[in-house]
Amino acid sequence: MRTSSIADRVRQIRGSGIREFFDIAQRMEGAISLGVGEPDFVTPWSIREACIFSLEKGYTSYTSNWGLPELREAISDKIYKESGVYYEPEGEILITTGVSEAFDLALRAIVNPDDEVIIHEPTYVSYKPCTLFAGGTSVSIDTEVGDEFKLRAEKIEEKITEKTKAVVLNYPNNPTGATMRKKDLEEIADVVNEHDLIVISDEVYGKLTYEGEPTCFSSLNGMKERTILLNGFSKAYAMTGWRLGYATGNKEIIEAMMKIHQYIMLCAPITAQMAAVEALRCDDEVERMVSEYNRRRRLMVEGLTEIGLSCFEPKGAFYTFPSIANTGLTSEEFAKRLLFEEKVVVIPGSVFGDAGEGFIRCSYAVSQYEIEEALDRMSRFLEKHCVV
Amino acid sequence: MKEERGEEEILKVLEENARISDREIARMLGIEVNEVKEIISKLERAGVIRKYKAVVNHEKAGIETVQALIDVKVSPERNTGYDSVAERISRFPEVKSVRLVSGEYDLSVLVSGKTMHEVAYFVAEKIAPLEQVRNTVTHFLLKTYKENGEIYEEEEKGERLAVTL
Repeated sequence: MRTSSIADRVRQIRGSGIREFFDIAQRMEGAISLGVGEPDFVTPWSIREACIFSLEKGYTSYTSNWGLPELREAISDKIYKESGVYYEPEGEILITTGVSEAFDLALRAIVNPDDEVIIHEPTYVSYKPCTLFAGGTSVSIDTEVGDEFKLRAEKIEEKITEKTKAVVLNYPNNPTGATMRKKDLEEIADVVNEHDLIVISDEVYGKLTYEGEPTCFSSLNGMKERTILLNGFSKAYAMTGWRLGYATGNKEIIEAMMKIHQYIMLCAPITAQMAAVEALRCDDEVERMVSEYNRRRRLMVEGLTEIGLSCFEPKGAFYTFPSIANTGLTSEEFAKRLLFEEKVVVIPGSVFGDAGEGFIRCSYAVSQYEIEEALDRMSRFLEKHCVV
Repeated sequence: MKEERGEEEILKVLEENARISDREIARMLGIEVNEVKEIISKLERAGVIRKYKAVVNHEKAGIETVQALIDVKVSPERNTGYDSVAERISRFPEVKSVRLVSGEYDLSVLVSGKTMHEVAYFVAEKIAPLEQVRNTVTHFLLKTYKENGEIYEEEEKGERLAVTL
């Protein structure tokens, strides 16, 4: 008998002790959760209604591997309108089962064994494991609160080797809520050009930008050819459970991603695609949700600061990432004690990489009442634990 | 995102929750409490904000009320058009709303009373006999599904996971 029937690659992914804590958090009665990573809005009714209508009409079949033509056209129009970049609906756009699938396809399409993929930390939890599954090696770059968790071009340059294949960008960022200015992205674009790299830009939180307009990375000089742009419907349209995303990029790469997609997924569910066509007509609903998030964001940031957690002002997504350094606790200890003593769920920053240690992620995709109640409980907790 | 004007955003917040404190509004908008107070009192003085009221589900409260929508056809008057008769009807406390509408009739009037008899009697006694009123049609309200943007029977909402990364 072999020692384990599980492949080495999968065994490399650590099953961390934090999972147990999350299980307790999921089940705890009376807990207020700031650990949520999805909108608290239900999908707008007009989108749900369009989906129901499509079922009544009998749209229950497969679609083209690429996704519904009308959805690809609507996406092409939307990107062009918002950022001035034109993607051809035929061949430059692929509809996927969530951004998650698109991210996996992107890596598998471009990564050769031992190619290096640069990932900024704190980072969304999937990027590093997916890199590993694709046979690549992830190279981390720490971003810092003092620099508002921005990724700097010079830091990328320091990490480039001849094996470097791609840079992953995720702004607005999960978990920090950080955003990037156009000027800083342009500097990254220069490095990408110079070293012949690919950028995988996950812009799923793009619509949730509270100051100024988000910059689409592929709109920068020369970047359309070098960018795999990922986006989806989960966050902006409150459609997490529908599992629908898309990738856009140059024909060669999208074609390669499509090769994998057709064998592992065949196509994204038609029901979700039908709903997404309607979603793209719902800008008013999105605006309504974004302005509500913005109000909650201010409540949360002010509140956290007031109870004694220093918190840089996030300008995107729906997360705050306050420092808990003055408690002297690790982020995991902090989260556990806060749950058991005051029944508030927050996510320890360490889950998002070493650079996240000393921070917690608090989502404000919860009601105003829950924000205030959670802040009260946290304030009580901090009075007991603030040692510094 | 699109910037909203302070006034517009304050109205949006108050229309959702009229009991929210000035301090909370200030935080949500990222402006000073004094500024919020000033804007609100300006809106009150200008008559933009008319009143702060609760949206009550009377049925749930066990308060028996009967309401009816009355279609009223009127002959407009030479100088005042529909205004004088509409204002006249508006003064009755039984009348909850009066609107001039396009279509087959002219005024849409919402009347509230304790019993069907009371409402019918009111229409027959106070509205129908008015000189300018040519005709009335009474529709008793049977059930309210949505009022002032609030759905009475809230739809079921799926449970979110407490933790998603």
